[in-house]
Amino acid sequence: MLEIRNLHANVEGAEILHGIDLTVRAGEVHAIMGPNGSGKSTLAQIIAGRDCYEVTEGTILFDGKNLLELEPEERACEGIFLAFQYPVEIPGVSNTYFLKAALNAVRKYRGEDELDAVEFLSLVREKMKLLGMSEDLMNRSVNEGFSGGEKKRNEIFQMAVLSPRLAVLDETDSGLDIDALKIVANGVNALRSPDRAILVVTHYQRLLDYIVPDYVHVLANGRIVKSGGKDLALELEEKGYSWIDEPASV
Amino acid sequence: MTSVIENNAAEPYAAYFAGLMSDPLAGLSHAIRNLRREGFSRLEEMGFPSQEDEDWRFLNVSPIVRGRFLPPPPAAAHEGEVRALLDSAAIAGLDSYRVVFVNGRFRKDLSSLAGLPKAVFAGSLAEALASPLQTRVEEHLGKHLAPKFNGFAALNAAMIEDGAVIFVPRGGVLDKPLELVFVSVPVENPFSTHPRNLVLIEPTAQASVIETYIGEPGAAYFTNAATEVLVSEGARLSWYKVQREAQGAYHVAATQIVQERDSTVAHLALNFGGAIVRNDINLYIGGEGATGVLDGLYMISGRQWCDTHTRIDHAKPNCESHELYKGILDDNARGVFNGRIYVHQDAQKTDAKQTNQTLLLSDTAQINANPQLEIFADDVKCTHGATIGQIDEDHVFYLQTRGIPKDEAKSLLTYAFANDIVRRIAIDPLRVAVEKIVLAAREAPTDFVI
Ligand SMILES: Nc1ncnc2c1ncn2[C@@H]1O[C@H](COP(=O)(O)OP(=O)(O)OP(=O)(O)O)[C@@H](O)[C@H]1O
Ligand SMILES: [Mg+2]
Repeated sequence: MLEIRNLHANVEGAEILHGIDLTVRAGEVHAIMGPNGSGKSTLAQIIAGRDCYEVTEGTILFDGKNLLELEPEERACEGIFLAFQYPVEIPGVSNTYFLKAALNAVRKYRGEDELDAVEFLSLVREKMKLLGMSEDLMNRSVNEGFSGGEKKRNEIFQMAVLSPRLAVLDETDSGLDIDALKIVANGVNALRSPDRAILVVTHYQRLLDYIVPDYVHVLANGRIVKSGGKDLALELEEKGYSWIDEPASV
Repeated sequence: MTSVIENNAAEPYAAYFAGLMSDPLAGLSHAIRNLRREGFSRLEEMGFPSQEDEDWRFLNVSPIVRGRFLPPPPAAAHEGEVRALLDSAAIAGLDSYRVVFVNGRFRKDLSSLAGLPKAVFAGSLAEALASPLQTRVEEHLGKHLAPKFNGFAALNAAMIEDGAVIFVPRGGVLDKPLELVFVSVPVENPFSTHPRNLVLIEPTAQASVIETYIGEPGAAYFTNAATEVLVSEGARLSWYKVQREAQGAYHVAATQIVQERDSTVAHLALNFGGAIVRNDINLYIGGEGATGVLDGLYMISGRQWCDTHTRIDHAKPNCESHELYKGILDDNARGVFNGRIYVHQDAQKTDAKQTNQTLLLSDTAQINANPQLEIFADDVKCTHGATIGQIDEDHVFYLQTRGIPKDEAKSLLTYAFANDIVRRIAIDPLRVAVEKIVLAAREAPTDFVI
């Protein structure tokens, strides 16, 4: 589903990603862990189409399509969703409208009819219940004045409504209390299916107790330095990152 | 005031002025004739403002001055166009009283005033002068906004022929919004209109007024309006100005509002049209315990100019004023916002807040924003803030990652910026109409407002 080959990327002239290879197949859950500043968010943002990162080498294919040629909104319509590490606040744009515009844009791209008000509302209600979102949050501006945890929950709520095929979750667990973590994990697991995939960026095993990954990768200094099964995360939790050998520099 | 053209500023208007003064029908009243005379001689003395005047330094009014626009011949307007334009100015779902002017002249046949509460007056200046209100009108007209305010105000006074008068008696409540609609349609030559409006809201009375200017696209004209508003003790007035002049039109307007004690005024100005637009809005808070609000939104593109000068005078203690002005400028548009707050020595415990925010949608749009606080009392709370920004790329990206195309995302964010003002419109049908205007300007979808 997602094939990243030898991805190099710069920001403001400095190379941050030094050749990433990653293959995610439908139905799989991959976790990416790694020290602060190692490039995890950079990778996530590049997948979503952020243009401040310059891809200097390598390819990203999504279902065989060259992702790097698509605008962010086209990627979203193709089924990619990024839950941001730091969701922005957008004063004046209502959460509900925003979601409706997003959903209809995605449906239109897929050649589906726009949802009418009733259908939209019932979908939103269902997902609100799933994520424990209050009516009050829905009526406010996008993320405006939301607590850190509420913003993260809102990301997953949006994901649930848009039902993407590849969800990239960038530290969605940070800022969530224990109960919220379970609710959010539950929301993510509800999306799991044989034709979908999930890429979870996290620092903590805690999340992976709920969203159990098939593969765990360690990203350090812009490279994937180790990959393994779900036990790798436990090992990391115990020992930190220092025991992993840096690969010989290229 | 200095001017480079002072000696001949009045000259193009001399013949018309003389005609007005000799026409018994246009005479209106002795007091009006005196006001005209004063206006004309002030114009001769002062000339029109030029960029050498501090308050006009960013705005080049020479196209207006050089145009030598005169009032149009009576009844030359094309009726079909008038009706079509009135229809397009109509606010869907709004039940209102309407006072309509076409090319500067009152049109009773197009106005709707049936059912106006007893003792409330709304209509033309001529009618008011022929009514028991005559002495009240003469007492106030030209007193609050004197011809000497500037050359345009002087010209307005010199050219007084018509305008709207509103009178709401003590304790009276206007049960529906009152619309003043100024329609401009093309006639043979480019022309000018000089609406002269007087509004008297008596003690504890309440009213809301929508002042609309609309012009036939392609019409060449100059609107030069002057409006005086007195809001007496304990009265409440909401005022909406909706300026949708024709693209090539010039619009200069001065509004002077005077507030007495415990009164409340909310003035909200929406400027969309016109090639060169200048608004002077002066709020004189002259009684204790009064609250004044000046809000505004202007949204311009192409080569439009929009210059807003506001002045709030706090003359008495324990009053509040709030001001929020927002501008959205695209292409080569230019804006000026000059917000002066003048706190007199007497005005202790004044609470004044001014905010000015500008969104620039292109690299070539320009804004000059200038807050001016002059404070002569020592126990006051006065704040001001001005921001100038562009659309936040992080916001655009966030919306894009949810499937919303870039252009639509930008429209949405532009609307969200404007919405701070739009949502303050308390008359629902008007708010919906303004939303549509704003959205049409950005070609954004229509239902995302909060
Ligand atoms: N827009 C940017 N401008 C400048 N430097 C950037 C930018 N984005 C990322 N970087 C730098 O790139 C490196 C990788 O950052 P990134 O956010 O991808 O790390 P991360 O692995 O997500 O870290 P964390 O665990 O703290 O979230 C960091 O050194 C960061 O400072
Ligand atoms: Mg990160």
